[in-house]
Amino acid sequence: MADTQLPLWEVFTQAGHGAPHEHAGSVHAADAEQAMQNARDVYARRGEAVSLWVVPSSAIIASAPGDAGPFFDPGNDKAYRHPQFYKVPRGVRVF
Amino acid sequence: MEPLPTPPIPADDPALVAAFEARIAAGESIEPKDWMPERYRRQLTRMMSQHAHSEVVGMLPEGNWITRAPSLRRKMCLIAKVQDEAGHGLYIYCGTETLGVDRHDLVQQLLDGTAKYSSIFNYPTLTWADIGCIGWLVDGAAIVNQTVLAKASYGPYARAMVRICKEENFHKRQGYEIVATLANGTPAQKAMVQDALNRWWWPSLMMFGPSDAESPNSAELLKWRVKRKTNDELRQRFVNLTVPQAQAVGLSFPDPDLRYDAASEDWKFGAIDWDEFFAVIKGNGPCNHERLAARRKAHDDGLWVREAAAAYAAKHLARTTEAA
Repeated sequence: MADTQLPLWEVFTQAGHGAPHEHAGSVHAADAEQAMQNARDVYARRGEAVSLWVVPSSAIIASAPGDAGPFFDPGNDKAYRHPQFYKVPRGVRVF
Repeated sequence: MEPLPTPPIPADDPALVAAFEARIAAGESIEPKDWMPERYRRQLTRMMSQHAHSEVVGMLPEGNWITRAPSLRRKMCLIAKVQDEAGHGLYIYCGTETLGVDRHDLVQQLLDGTAKYSSIFNYPTLTWADIGCIGWLVDGAAIVNQTVLAKASYGPYARAMVRICKEENFHKRQGYEIVATLANGTPAQKAMVQDALNRWWWPSLMMFGPSDAESPNSAELLKWRVKRKTNDELRQRFVNLTVPQAQAVGLSFPDPDLRYDAASEDWKFGAIDWDEFFAVIKGNGPCNHERLAARRKAHDDGLWVREAAAAYAAKHLARTTEAA
């Protein structure tokens, strides 16, 4: 068997309860269980996480930076999705 | 020898280069899938892989003293520090892989001797005081360097540096604590730590790399904000930080030319022996052969672990596939 560095996994850490999981980095591991242990040893040596996700890197589908303009365009030209778009009579507290 | 094979670099589209440099000038972060000049990718691959190798090889001089640490407290701290260095190597290898290289290839370059790593780790750790000096001076120098790299233009490198800088502060403090304890100890302990400082001081200054005039990569790295300060600026900052720390515990430096310059508010230091630096970089330092031999042995001895992990994963996968 060829001596490889084993498959790549992306690691996401949750810093505290209620916080989102954020990308921390990656590890190499033979399987999910080892990926989880390696992720703990590499990215949570000082209580940085209360929860970990590991995902095979090959399973991540990312948007392409070159197409970012047209791809995100539908969200950029709709000012009426923001509260500032709407006029409110003077002196009225809306919130 | 170069760490990576260097076939001719394909010419980049000038319009793309201009857009890239405009993004850098605007302080934007470059991410893995963004377009980047081939030179930028290669310079980063070279610099980041050398940095990762340095973290890994850096475990060896300190590992030398784990079994002989003078107390359980010191031993626990040293094990934790060495484990951090392994983690730092992994953070940076992971960052380097986002540039499209495989960690396997990088590790092979280290093992076959074609990759460089920091020259400082080719010096021996002769006494326990050396462990103090490494934490204080070598990690101290690394913090000065890495604090600036945490603002580097390449996102994955900068993020790895932020994480590393937080952890290096513990390394430096544990080193300085050892130094301060010995400096306030018996005459023999004080002599031991002074001897260690004498041996580590100049190699620590060399860690920042050749003088700006002699540094072939600096201009390009500064232009692309991979580096944010020159080697000489960082070296001076390190000296200014470190001199008062030595004075506070009654230690002196092996440099008769060291003096405070009130006008620049800098501690001016004597000439660095660059012949020694280049000899060590070229593989002729006191421990180059020993370090690589130890690294190769560790890699070979770990083969059965990697094979067993892969075999276990394959077996497990086969069973779950059968059951389905």
